Amino acid sequence: MSVTEDDVRRIARLARIAEPKDRVAKLTGELNGILAWVEMLNEVDVDGVEPMTTPVSTPLPMREDAVTDGEIPEKVLKNAPKAEEGFFVVPKSVE
Amino acid sequence: MPLDDATYRYTLPGATGEWEIVIGLEVHAQVQSNAKLFSGASTEFGAAPNTHVSLVDAAMPGMLPVINKHCVEQAVKTGLGLNAQINSFSRFDRKNYFYPDLPQGYQISQFQFPIVGEGEIVCERDDGSRFTVGIERLHLEQDAGKSIHDLDPNATYVDLNRSGVALMEIVSKPHVRSPQEAAAYVRTLRTIVRYLDTCGGDMEKGQMRADVNVSVCRPGQYEKFRETGDFKHLGTRCEIKNVNSLRFIMQAIEYEARRQIDIIEEGGKIDQETRLFDANTGVTRAMRSKEEAHDYRYFPDPDLLPLELEESFIENIRVNLPELPEAKRKRFVEVLGLSEYDASVLTADKDRADYFEAVIAGADAKLSANWVNNELFGRLNKEGFSITESPVSPVQLAKLVSLITSNVISGKIAKDVFEIVWAEGGDPEQIVESRGMKQVTDTGAIQKVVDELIAANPEQAEKVKVKPQTLGWFVGQVMKATGGKANPQAVNEILRKKLLDV
Repeated sequence: MSVTEDDVRRIARLARIAEPKDRVAKLTGELNGILAWVEMLNEVDVDGVEPMTTPVSTPLPMREDAVTDGEIPEKVLKNAPKAEEGFFVVPKSVE
Repeated sequence: MPLDDATYRYTLPGATGEWEIVIGLEVHAQVQSNAKLFSGASTEFGAAPNTHVSLVDAAMPGMLPVINKHCVEQAVKTGLGLNAQINSFSRFDRKNYFYPDLPQGYQISQFQFPIVGEGEIVCERDDGSRFTVGIERLHLEQDAGKSIHDLDPNATYVDLNRSGVALMEIVSKPHVRSPQEAAAYVRTLRTIVRYLDTCGGDMEKGQMRADVNVSVCRPGQYEKFRETGDFKHLGTRCEIKNVNSLRFIMQAIEYEARRQIDIIEEGGKIDQETRLFDANTGVTRAMRSKEEAHDYRYFPDPDLLPLELEESFIENIRVNLPELPEAKRKRFVEVLGLSEYDASVLTADKDRADYFEAVIAGADAKLSANWVNNELFGRLNKEGFSITESPVSPVQLAKLVSLITSNVISGKIAKDVFEIVWAEGGDPEQIVESRGMKQVTDTGAIQKVVDELIAANPEQAEKVKVKPQTLGWFVGQVMKATGGKANPQAVNEILRKKLLDV
């Protein structure tokens, strides 16, 4: 598996980071280097092995349905670049 | 009416022939719970902005999600109510996209392994005929926050109170064939979740919202799709996002189907895309950001372990499942002897069904159905009240109905008593007693009135002998003379004996 320069631009756009114009070629090479390294895993025979998404074998811990948190609007808004009347204020974003 | 009446067809005319519509719906239903899906913040609607928000919901770095057990139970319960497969293994995945009201930059959802698999529900069209709709899946996911665009011309205001509230996304198979069927399907879903107490179902409050997939095809194509399961027989679909009322769902489908037909008939091609419905203009339009709309790059959420359910966990919910609308409707017809119509009306809404069942705890079922459906609902509609706001309680109505069945008052007087209870409250038995509204069943008293009337109206009496159908005039006079309190049956009997000698 490898990525093209177009893929790199697309990934940047999806991640909402500025297109790394003059570094696209370099990044493409680096990313392909990483992917090639990870591809070493293809040497392992996984026939008949269930895909694993976690190494932990305990059941998912669950919480009771009780209100135990929240009511801290000042903390929630503390790092907002702009807030007004309890709302976050962000650049106009309407479809 | 038979189930899945094959004669039902909804077609749209076109310049090149008839067209049919194929619709699938994705309904987002907010889970009824105290706290959010992965945090301990409240789900209460209408609080001051950003108050019901924990640092988990605001996606502060390092915060970890812990699942709410009740939300899992609610999803299983709903799955059982949809006659669906419950998956003992499911998993949470991240659905990645950027929007100001999604602080995490991804929504925790279930993509590959949903908690509920295939099922089906029976829905009812406006004419009373019924049809089944297959359920593809139900999965749990987080709701997003709310963006408010009209507070400032140059800025968007974001409230995260809704961020992290549990949603059930219920995906139907493309088995819906007309705008009316789409509304009927959503209405049925709402009834089911309200019976189950798993979702409030209030579309105005955003507790239920629908994404509608619409495509058009020529007659016969849908049947081929149903036979083979192959989507190639159907047209290219467009998804209309976030339609939030039954009326808008119907409008959006009508507009969208017409738009697609026009494009195809002019030689064009439908692009599979996501569209928005504008309630003000009644049209759908393509979303601007469509080239990125479908690249969600799902992957298993590393913060959450797979959700594995014990058989006993599911069984415990199954045995405690309340009676569902379809079963209740059947019981009302088969056991209580109600008409199909009365049973449908009474079971269409949980509050109505609850009210009716409270009435028949103390009164005859058939007569109660009549009173609830006609007098009570008629009056509530007129005043714009919901059943839960009824000034007449089930106990009061049961007493009133019992007074009729035990011949203490006539149906006509009962309407007067109903008005008094509606306006003033009180015990129907005492009202009837204290205001002298009891029916006169004393035949002697009625006979006396009848004799006086015959004596005063000899011509009319002669007429009855020739034209027996004019007896009604005397019945009316007796009722008038007794203030409506004479037992109509007794009056009829006495009059017939006196005037017709039968």
